[in-house]
Amino acid sequence: MSRRRLNVNPLDYSRKLWMRSAMGFTFFFLYFPIISLIIFSFNDSKRNITWQGFTLKYYEKAFNNNQLHEAFANSLLIAGISTLTATVLGAMLGLALYRFRFPMQGPYEGIVHLPIVIPEICLAVAMVAFFATVEVPLGLVTITVSHIAFSIPFVAVVIRARMAGFNRSLEEASADLGASQWQTFWNVTFPYMKPGLVAGALLAFTLSLDDFVITFFTSGPGSTTFPIKIYSMVRFSVTPEVNAASTVLIVITLALTTLALWVQSKSQRNESNA
Amino acid sequence: MENWRNNKIAFFILSMPPTAWLMIFFTLPLAIMWVYSFADRGPQGQIELAINFDNYIRAVEWIHLGIIWKSIWTAAIATAITFAIGFPLAMGIAFAPPQWKNALLLMVILPFWTNLLIRTYAWIAVLRTRGFLNFGLEWVHDKINAFFALFGLTDLLGQFEALDLLYSHNAVVIGLVYVYLPFLVLPIYATLEKLDKSYLEASLDLGAGHWRTLFSITFPLALPGILSGCLLAFILSMGTFLTPDLLGGTDSEMIGNLIARQFTSSRDWPFGSALSFLLLYFTFIVLWVRATMADRNRGPV
Repeated sequence: MSRRRLNVNPLDYSRKLWMRSAMGFTFFFLYFPIISLIIFSFNDSKRNITWQGFTLKYYEKAFNNNQLHEAFANSLLIAGISTLTATVLGAMLGLALYRFRFPMQGPYEGIVHLPIVIPEICLAVAMVAFFATVEVPLGLVTITVSHIAFSIPFVAVVIRARMAGFNRSLEEASADLGASQWQTFWNVTFPYMKPGLVAGALLAFTLSLDDFVITFFTSGPGSTTFPIKIYSMVRFSVTPEVNAASTVLIVITLALTTLALWVQSKSQRNESNA
Repeated sequence: MENWRNNKIAFFILSMPPTAWLMIFFTLPLAIMWVYSFADRGPQGQIELAINFDNYIRAVEWIHLGIIWKSIWTAAIATAITFAIGFPLAMGIAFAPPQWKNALLLMVILPFWTNLLIRTYAWIAVLRTRGFLNFGLEWVHDKINAFFALFGLTDLLGQFEALDLLYSHNAVVIGLVYVYLPFLVLPIYATLEKLDKSYLEASLDLGAGHWRTLFSITFPLALPGILSGCLLAFILSMGTFLTPDLLGGTDSEMIGNLIARQFTSSRDWPFGSALSFLLLYFTFIVLWVRATMADRNRGPV
């Protein structure tokens, strides 16, 4: 379609002033709070109300805050173990759902995808009730176990979506040429799955790193994570230090998600070139 | 798809570990909570196993029914506002030039990748008495006053009074709209994108105006996406805990906070379990409605 045709199209709503102002307003609404939070993390004022000049001292303060260090280390430890376990288990689940037809498949799929849809608070209090019943004290272990449980279905969904584009005849060819099931999996299926695994792992990592509600309820003394530390700082007082810590978390999450998208788009490009 | 019987070993190796994990650390906790929801609370907050419906009956007592009703009402208002600002956005993106679409979609999803807690916390600085919104309002107020002062009407609007927005029901609604906007925009965008634009062109060619085309053609055709997005935003708002906790006042408690309170300060786990299951059942019903409608729309049209 030529540029001229686009100009005269009456359905070209995005060129209308009222539509542009509505969209402009919504994007302002979406970005203003976060951007002002980031800007005010550089504000040289303790009360954080009006702009007093640029400073990095609250980053310095946040980086020298031992409790924040400890919380960040806890978050990384939990997210690391949770990602590793959830990616393996989620990939297995995704492959099983992609590959097999079995009795009670509908209800089974409903149950395993449930952690994605149920309200977080319900899952959080259920975990509390569970750990109390089996008499496991709340701490890093209980947080990690809960994170793995809610990350598995997310990874499974990503893997299944990835496998939807897989050509099964490659596996058949491999089997016909005498490869064992394991060889076929390792040399044919697994390389195809890899971008899905990376994307699933990054998703699991961000989910774990960002989670507040479930972590809040399943954490015990000494197992404070980064979001929980931020929450208690917010509760205590709103200072630029909280903004600085929040900005760090925003940057990490955005970097990881961008990486995941990049991996996915790169693998798609490679396939269309092949 | 292959029948599991053809390759039982591979099927069990793949499906058993994740199934076991989810059964032990997801289904079992829910089952335990379900059992607790019929139990009694002991004098020190301990759980005395029993089979009675007292907790469920308590949930519909006036004081709790008020909170449940308030949750439904808050979620409904938040959904309506989300739709009012989300629909034009979805439409703007769907009708945008192709080279802009992905960038605009990314801009909708981007805030959604930042931490929920931080996104909610960011509103405190905007809404508080000495916050950005009140500063903006004060500026507009002063400008209007200055403008009328030119005509000799000094101090027409009087002294500016800051709005008490934070820690109120309104702040909760704003927070919910903010957090769940992408969930509503994306399904609506998906249906608008697939919609056959020639229907709209025909309507315009036949002399209907843009508004009439919107209400008689676009809305009905995009209804599956609209319902799907709205129900999703509704159910997510309904189950929220963090937004009322950070932005709400003493009277903006929603069902999520009531549940949380039973497991913390009130130490009434059986009652909390019953409330939690009521919220779960409600969620399932809404999701079931959403799924049936999606099925119906996928069928022959």
